[in-house]
Amino acid sequence: MSKQGLVVNDFCITFSTVNGSGSATANTTLMRALFKMGIPVSSKNIFPSNIQGLPTWYTLRLSKDGYMGRVEQDDIIVAMNPATLHKEVQYLAPGGVFLLPDDFNFENPREDLIIYRMPVKKLVKDAEVPPSLRDYISNMVYVGVLCFLLGIDLDLIHQALDFQFKGRQKPIDQNYQVVEAAYLWSKQNLVKKDPYAAEKMHGTDDCIMTDGNTAGALGSIFGGVQFTGWYPITPATSLAESLIEYLPKYRVDPETGKDTYAVVQSEDELAAIGMAIGAGWGGLRSMTSTSGPGLSLMSEYIGLAYYAEVPVVIWDVQRVGPSTGMPTRTAQGDLTQANFISHGDKNMIILIPGSIQECFEFGWRAFDIAERLQTPVIVLSDLDFGMNMWTSKKFEYPDQPMDRGKVLWEGDMEEFLAKHGGEWGRYRDVDGDGIPWRTLPGNTHPKSGYFARGTSHNEDTGYTEDPEKWEIIFNRIANKFETGKQYLPKAIADESQKAALGIIASGSADPAVQEARDLLIKQGIKTDYLRIRSLPFDTEVEDFLKKHEQLVVLDINRDGQLNQLLTMTYPAYAAKTTSLAHLDGLPLNAKWVETQILSLKEVK
Amino acid sequence: MTTPLPNPAIQTVNKAGLSKGDYKGLPSTLCQGCGHNGVAAQIVAACYEMNLVPEKVVKFSGIGCSSKSPTYFLGRSFSFNGLHGRMPSLALGGMFADHTLKAIGVSGDGDTASIGLGQFKHMVRRNLPMVYIVENNGVYGLTKGQFSATAERGLQLKKQGTNPYLPVDIAMEALISNATFVARSFAGDPRQVKELLKAAIAHNGIAVLDIISPCVTFHNHENSFHSYSFGKEHEEPLHEISYVPPKEDITVEDFEEGTTREVVMHDGSQVVLKKLEKEYDPRDRWQALHMLEDAHSHDWLVTGLIYVDPEVPSMFDIYNIPETPLNRTPNEKLRPSREALDEVNRLMF
Ligand SMILES: Cc1ncc(C[n+]2csc(CCOP(=O)(O)OP(=O)(O)O)c2C)c(N)n1
Ligand code: SF4
Ligand SMILES: [Mg+2]
Repeated sequence: MSKQGLVVNDFCITFSTVNGSGSATANTTLMRALFKMGIPVSSKNIFPSNIQGLPTWYTLRLSKDGYMGRVEQDDIIVAMNPATLHKEVQYLAPGGVFLLPDDFNFENPREDLIIYRMPVKKLVKDAEVPPSLRDYISNMVYVGVLCFLLGIDLDLIHQALDFQFKGRQKPIDQNYQVVEAAYLWSKQNLVKKDPYAAEKMHGTDDCIMTDGNTAGALGSIFGGVQFTGWYPITPATSLAESLIEYLPKYRVDPETGKDTYAVVQSEDELAAIGMAIGAGWGGLRSMTSTSGPGLSLMSEYIGLAYYAEVPVVIWDVQRVGPSTGMPTRTAQGDLTQANFISHGDKNMIILIPGSIQECFEFGWRAFDIAERLQTPVIVLSDLDFGMNMWTSKKFEYPDQPMDRGKVLWEGDMEEFLAKHGGEWGRYRDVDGDGIPWRTLPGNTHPKSGYFARGTSHNEDTGYTEDPEKWEIIFNRIANKFETGKQYLPKAIADESQKAALGIIASGSADPAVQEARDLLIKQGIKTDYLRIRSLPFDTEVEDFLKKHEQLVVLDINRDGQLNQLLTMTYPAYAAKTTSLAHLDGLPLNAKWVETQILSLKEVK
Repeated sequence: MTTPLPNPAIQTVNKAGLSKGDYKGLPSTLCQGCGHNGVAAQIVAACYEMNLVPEKVVKFSGIGCSSKSPTYFLGRSFSFNGLHGRMPSLALGGMFADHTLKAIGVSGDGDTASIGLGQFKHMVRRNLPMVYIVENNGVYGLTKGQFSATAERGLQLKKQGTNPYLPVDIAMEALISNATFVARSFAGDPRQVKELLKAAIAHNGIAVLDIISPCVTFHNHENSFHSYSFGKEHEEPLHEISYVPPKEDITVEDFEEGTTREVVMHDGSQVVLKKLEKEYDPRDRWQALHMLEDAHSHDWLVTGLIYVDPEVPSMFDIYNIPETPLNRTPNEKLRPSREALDEVNRLMF
């Protein structure tokens, strides 16, 4: 194969395996090696809601241009699951590569494919591993074969295994041994016929490889999280588990040897949010993490926190609803649920990270906002960010000190009283910004105690049914959300193409949109782009709507929920807006976005 | 300013320098004669006698007439009136903020045994150090007279007809969830309520107090388990109970040799139980369950300290949290350093 015909660092490999067969180690090992070569690489794990035995697909995308979105077709498929061979073949791009064990019964239905058969059974048999590990280690055969075919240095594989097994020699050796044997076998027996190659580059300098749940957890840790109440649910579980993993490393007070945090696994989400709100009320930086079904259960408590003005952070790592839905597939389907959560009139603050780096950033920022505004903050991530491994820019240290909001301890209370005629009321708007001053339990100042409640109350927390007093509180809270917009991450507009067509999207739709815009501009179609990062919307969103002749709002849900909220907030621009909403459980891909935009009538 | 000053106008003060008035709340808005009012009065008395500083107490409640009552005692304490049936989780979180506070929770039988049974049992199993009072009237007072889960089978209520189900026994539920302190009392027996409250306050763990507290408006039928008249006639105290604070000599005048039993609480205080008839050991869970079962079959309202184990670690003993309250942690201890982030970034591969 001539150097010219090579496809370098711009293709996609899918590993088809059986759930529970231990392929994750093999796949992440390859991903790590490619990352070490400096190649921007991302993965999508399409797995069933089951522990063992059902098909699962893991896709690695190498993209020299740094595109991280999902692609529709595979260039290389490693088929380790005999049950799905015939389905797999259809996903291959023309001229694609198909790798499979040599003992699989398979008749190739396509003439354009390049097929390599691997002696998996033999190589595993030759390896000196206990029979119980054989299935697991058989995945290392394809790692070795791919190293040969793509040109990956075995040394990098060794480094990746060393990292994976945290230096434990035995598993490193057992795995490496099989990789090496498969590599040598390939060298002696395979003739490379395909064009795909991995070559060293500098695309991952200053980058890290991680997933959004780890990022969110670490961001929370650097945000000073003190209390977490949580209940396991896919795809949010690994967020809380990352907290449990990293908190002991970074948040034990070296002076006392004591933890500066507590994590409690609750009996359900009703309790998880109750605990988190109790702790938030008590003055702790407090959070919970969940997914759609859990968010539904939390609804009543979130309303209490809103009305009693308690800071709390709720991570919703979205999966496909309604109901139990598709627990292992991704969506942006909880946006309107989050926005309107709980009964009665309310305002909800929602943060939507659009990258792994932002999962980290919003991890700490969410606490500043919640405490400053004394209100729940919902962070909407999703399975695509949460559970897939990405190449990401390094986490950045918070650029602002912690904002603990308006809190009065004993001494502060004395000063406050001196300044305010000897009076303090928990819900009084003394600063005119709608944000009152709060005290925390344990404050021994005799004027500090108050009675928090979800029933109607006056400015001094007393129960009241007086319509005027009710309205004072109610309207003040609404005002708090107006003045509070300044604390929220602004939407980011890219108007460099000075286009008439504006695309609006959020969250994990971003990678596909970015790539689609590049595809479109190659065809002469200019687009501007606004990425929403928080709700309620602020002026920059309206400016974007006003400015563009034609607008497209992208949603990874059925009903176009972001579009619904935009048109509800800004009905004046609804007529020029088209909703492009799509939900099949898979991450959005650029091709779909491109096709949809090309099919709009007015686009030329 | 940390310690509240005593009010010189009032003569009698306790060792905290506070008068009884310092423990009062707002006037009750519950019905006159409601059992819940009596319980609130005894909470005031117990806290006063225990020399608690109101700012060192935190109150929690659910929703119901009973759950309103934190308004009527310890007006200076922080309090959170939460959601129906889900006060335990709220209290757990709040107490992690400052675990040095004494927590008093007030709930109802609907709040605890119907909508809140799950959170109740999990709070118990975690041994959250809290005085958890159920003001048990066998009915939903606040929603005007529906059957609660503790209503006995056959009970007749105006709008509801006859209750077809067997009741939930809160003391038994607590016991089988491994509660470390379980007591039952009757709002019409203020002395016993107070002594049990004091013992509960001294307990380092969950202290469940199931207090039969008649609803005079919707459920006070003569022959019903939850009425005053039934309580007065059928109350069978297991023993007479006295709480003796730490370091005070126990005066055993009242307690004749061989008929008392002392339980040493975690803080060195003692609970002295004077036996009535039965040989009853409140540290034997099996005997406690047996006794409750026996009481059911005889229609007895057995009151007193049913079970206690002062040795079990509380939830906060299990966590490695600092002695100073978590909510007083300075920011510097909460945000790891830049170097730590560099290390994190190196780990992300
Ligand atoms: C989620 C929810 N469901 C229903 C109610 C209505 N509700 C208020 S109090 C109550 C029952 C209270 O009964 P109990 O706990 O026994 O208290 P009591 O009034 O008898 O003291 C109910 C059903 C509510 N507040 N919240
Ligand atoms: S309705 Fe019953 S429980 Fe409620 S306040 Fe009146 S007497 Fe008490
Ligand atoms: Mg009741």
